[in-house]
Amino acid sequence: MREKTFSALGLILSLISILFLFSITISLLIHGWSRLISPSFYASFPSRFPEQAGILSAWVGTVYVMLGAIFWSVLIGVPAGIYLEEYADRSSKIARIIEANISNLAAVPSIIYGLLALGIFVYRFNLGESILTAGLTLGLLMVPVIVVTTRESIRRIPRSIREAAYALGATKWETLFHHIIPYSLGGILTGVIISISRAIGETAPLITIGALTYIAFLPPAPWQDFIGMLKSPFTVLPIQMFNWVSRPQAEFHTNAAAAGFVLLVFALAFNALAFYLRYKLRKKYAW
Amino acid sequence: MGLCPFNKKGVKKSLLSRLSFDIKKKLDTVFHLFFFIMAFITVVVTFLIVFALILDAIKFFTHEEAGGFPKSLIRFFTETQWTPTFFNKQIGIWPLVCGTFLIAVIAGVISIPLGLLIAAYLSEFASFKTREFIKPWLDFMEAVPTVVYGYFALLVVTPILQKFFSLFGIEMEGMNALSPGIVIGFMILPFTASMVEDAFRGVPAYLREASYALGADKVTTFFKVVLPAARSGVLAAYLLGISRALGETMVVAVAAGMYPNLTFNPLEPVQTITGYIVQVALGDLPFNSFEYLSIFAAGMFLFILNLFFNLLAVHFKSKVKGY
Repeated sequence: MREKTFSALGLILSLISILFLFSITISLLIHGWSRLISPSFYASFPSRFPEQAGILSAWVGTVYVMLGAIFWSVLIGVPAGIYLEEYADRSSKIARIIEANISNLAAVPSIIYGLLALGIFVYRFNLGESILTAGLTLGLLMVPVIVVTTRESIRRIPRSIREAAYALGATKWETLFHHIIPYSLGGILTGVIISISRAIGETAPLITIGALTYIAFLPPAPWQDFIGMLKSPFTVLPIQMFNWVSRPQAEFHTNAAAAGFVLLVFALAFNALAFYLRYKLRKKYAW
Repeated sequence: MGLCPFNKKGVKKSLLSRLSFDIKKKLDTVFHLFFFIMAFITVVVTFLIVFALILDAIKFFTHEEAGGFPKSLIRFFTETQWTPTFFNKQIGIWPLVCGTFLIAVIAGVISIPLGLLIAAYLSEFASFKTREFIKPWLDFMEAVPTVVYGYFALLVVTPILQKFFSLFGIEMEGMNALSPGIVIGFMILPFTASMVEDAFRGVPAYLREASYALGADKVTTFFKVVLPAARSGVLAAYLLGISRALGETMVVAVAAGMYPNLTFNPLEPVQTITGYIVQVALGDLPFNSFEYLSIFAAGMFLFILNLFFNLLAVHFKSKVKGY
């Protein structure tokens, strides 16, 4: 009897927290509905008039910034994970320092990354308040997650695969590029997608580097002017939403709800994709 | 199903594999170096963070507006108002610290008991199917952008709380500590619950079985055997959860107000360290101005607080017994 009561309590509490997620989604949907269904919302710039304001510059900015973030986080995170799993000697001091450091970085509040970006990237490296700085900052924020998932998926590959490769005369990098990386690619991809779903809603570090909230132009297309794109000022969806939420007029709150819903859909879609991939991979590799 | 998901022909014909053994060995060193450098960059990032914070915090404490080095530090810890952006500059950190902890405590009050019960349910009582159903939803909750939680706190939770308190004739302000505190509590709940659950799962089955063999039911076993055995892990999970709540930014920036307030009343507006950084960063600040430097001093304080909680968590985690 006690067991049943306790079990029921646990179930109810779990459902309440899930209900919390649903009530957020539904309240965004209801409040933002009138803007969500209007196509001009997605195709117009922010404006003083709430009914004309849109998220064009915000979602374009989000796409550019996220592409930059993916580039930096994969460039640093995947090799770092490979190093710790395949090269580092577990007992060596440097490997242990790197390991402890990464788990510590994962717990650093995102706004501290914003201060790093403001103090170092913006003013000391002179990268400015640009898409490049934003991508780099979010990229660094994503690194710990990617390192951890890279390591996990590499660790799942049995030793025998490596030994078979070495026995056939393969060097270490051949083993890595022909076997280890291809087999762990799915797991790495899952990690990247999860970290995208976290970083896409990151607001605080981008506010500190000075993302603008009113941008009535698009950055130059990268295939025309790549450097100009990197140096361009920007805004992103969460910042646009924050700007609208903090205004007193209720009409802007409708816009905020609509922008929030778009953001939520992106974040949850990436999360669901990662979930699906993980499920698929669990079936594919059963060693 | 073959183990190799890509075609073997591609590998054999690739240019790299036709290289002489000498070059291959040299490439080995090159790649080793590349991987090491990338791993080492993560350490450099930590150094850059500390460097950025310390450098500008030093400039803040030696700034004439703060009153020069030793005096500024005394003012930092003794004054009771935080107004570096005003004409009359006071630099006592306590109002911000107070707001930060007030909200973290409210979040803890929500997420500590709920996290414990949900984790206990998922690890000890739930069937495999229910668990597999609930876990992904908790994952989803972690992916919700924090600014969305902020919106929810300001425009949904606060009005509900205001109506609730007005039943008792208590006036609650539109900006307050309670509403973001509650929302942050739910926000960190999936994180705490899954960490606590991991701690419970680390307790070996034979301890539970021994308890069942002595005639204890599942509830007794949980409270008398599993929970005590997992206490270090549980404590570590809570410390990490609180450290997350301390550093949480957007919910408080939206819903807690912009007024550094030395109060323990959750119905009043408060400002956290993170909220202050956002407020100042929103205005366009000249590099090296006193206001600009003040966010680094505040950020440094937050970083130290956060580091303290994280190290404490690591300490408790290291005490987890390997059975």
